[in-house]
Amino acid sequence: MSLAALDPSRLAHHRSRKRTNQIALTLALAAMSFGVFWLVWILFETIVLGIGGISLSLFTQMTPPPQADTGGLANAIFGSMLMVCLATALGTPIGILAGIYLAEYGQRGWLGSVTRFINDILLSAPSIVIGLFIYAVVVARFKSFSGWAGVLALALIVIPVVIRTTENMLALIPNALREAAYALGAPKWKVILSITLKAARAGVLTGILLALARISGETAPLLFTALSNQFWNADLGEPMASLPVTIFKFAMSPYENWQKLAWAGVFLITLGVLALNIIARVLFRQKT
Amino acid sequence: MAATLPASQSLKAHRMDRTDPAGPPPRRATLPWADAVFALAAKGAAILTLALLAGIIVSLVIGAAPAIQEYGLSFLWRSEWDPVQNQYGGLVMIYGTLMTSAIALIIAVPVSFGIAIFLTELSPGWLKRPLGTAIELLAAVPSIVYGMWGLLVFGPILATYVQQPLQAAFTGVPVLGALVSGPPVGIGILSAGIILAIMVIPFIASVMRDVFETTPAMLKESAYGLGSTTWEVVWRVVLPYTKTGVVGAIMLGLGRALGETMAVTFVIGNFNQLNSLSMFEAANSITSALANEFAEASEGLHQASLIYLGLILFLITFVVLALSKLLLSQLQKNEGKRS
Repeated sequence: MSLAALDPSRLAHHRSRKRTNQIALTLALAAMSFGVFWLVWILFETIVLGIGGISLSLFTQMTPPPQADTGGLANAIFGSMLMVCLATALGTPIGILAGIYLAEYGQRGWLGSVTRFINDILLSAPSIVIGLFIYAVVVARFKSFSGWAGVLALALIVIPVVIRTTENMLALIPNALREAAYALGAPKWKVILSITLKAARAGVLTGILLALARISGETAPLLFTALSNQFWNADLGEPMASLPVTIFKFAMSPYENWQKLAWAGVFLITLGVLALNIIARVLFRQKT
Repeated sequence: MAATLPASQSLKAHRMDRTDPAGPPPRRATLPWADAVFALAAKGAAILTLALLAGIIVSLVIGAAPAIQEYGLSFLWRSEWDPVQNQYGGLVMIYGTLMTSAIALIIAVPVSFGIAIFLTELSPGWLKRPLGTAIELLAAVPSIVYGMWGLLVFGPILATYVQQPLQAAFTGVPVLGALVSGPPVGIGILSAGIILAIMVIPFIASVMRDVFETTPAMLKESAYGLGSTTWEVVWRVVLPYTKTGVVGAIMLGLGRALGETMAVTFVIGNFNQLNSLSMFEAANSITSALANEFAEASEGLHQASLIYLGLILFLITFVVLALSKLLLSQLQKNEGKRS
């Protein structure tokens, strides 16, 4: 027995297995460092190159012409905030309602499963195609790029995100809670609105924040819906500047002052999006 | 007997109360139609989601109709794209989209696999959560940040430290020389593919990790108990158990890579000709052609051809994402059966 265990060919086999294991695990560690390395590098460059551009004039002055000495991103920041907030306000109720349908009404029927499937596809569908759709339906019809078109395009991206999280969060609510409410004679709409949705509100709010973070950085669907605008504009019927589109335009340009503003804008967006994500996570962890 | 009498009497009195001819006590103000309205609204919202998908496809087909009539399927292999002559074909963009996504997957799949192994089998408990969160945050960074970083930071580095040495080494070598030719500015299919890889790694890695975690601990512990190494457990137990899910995760990443716009547009160079094999030559992809040309395209065949490209992209991603979803749900079903 002990002789068999010490058989040189067996020992060699054992050693080679050990070695394969060691190599594989080292590679896994390398892969992990590789992933984290990019995160650190990208964040580092964004901070280093972006923070130099942060100043008060960034928030008070309009986007400048090329090679000007002054200028900020005030109109772009305002346009982004306005469109993102309106899109969230528009998309959230629809998303929550559809999420409620999936979790509370259509667990088994064909409509539920088809919607769930389609929604998961819309969740990852190319956002530029959403822009094309809104262009065809809104911009081409009214013959004008407009802030409203941008709002609609962003709202269409909010909906699948909110549907997904709402459904998942409602599914986590124990059935006993629903049954207790029914036993007290509450009608279904009341059970959903004041029991299940209330119990799941932290999760639903997390979903809304994640959707907000997602559309804050979206560029592609705004390119040919809201277009861009050099000037301050609060009229949603007109083309409207947004932070991502302005960054795109400025970063691709050869002008130094535009590139500097683009880095400042990228810094703002990254900061905002990461902050929203972290808040969403903290919120979700506290409540569950 | 006497003791029970009052009780039964009071019970009777109670019953009498309930069947009082005056009817049940007035209900509190609940709205009788509210239930139906609420159910209808919820159903309506769900149907709206379906209508959205149908609307996207229908509007794209209508928008692309002039180009579809003009070229039919030959659009897929026509390579000229000339707005001046009003001649359009999608080959260059389709090639760019498929090539960049392929490079992205070649890099991202092994790395994501390693990250998933690290997070499920190797990482000490206290490190699991922060590292997992870091990877998920990488997925949340907007793609425009990757694009700009790729153009202004990564591209020049790639050109100086990778392309130029390769060019120096391969001058005169037939195929390899052509593969690395082009001006050293760090723009082209390879840089777009690498940026895409960095972007999809977090998606694939986090789904793979979730998929790996569905392997029952019993299976893994049995393998460890028989003397398997960690690698053997992953390769012979975890991977076979989760293979549909792993393929689903890769498909999800592919879907993301195909449809990604900004990260590619910044670094691919927007050049509508396909005249060299080089990985460093400016090229184009469907998404970046749309991003750069659509807003300025003249109505008519130019716009219709761009929408046609969008339709092709949407159909490809639809199929890829649908496959991904089917494979991932297959895994969940199997899990339900076995446990």
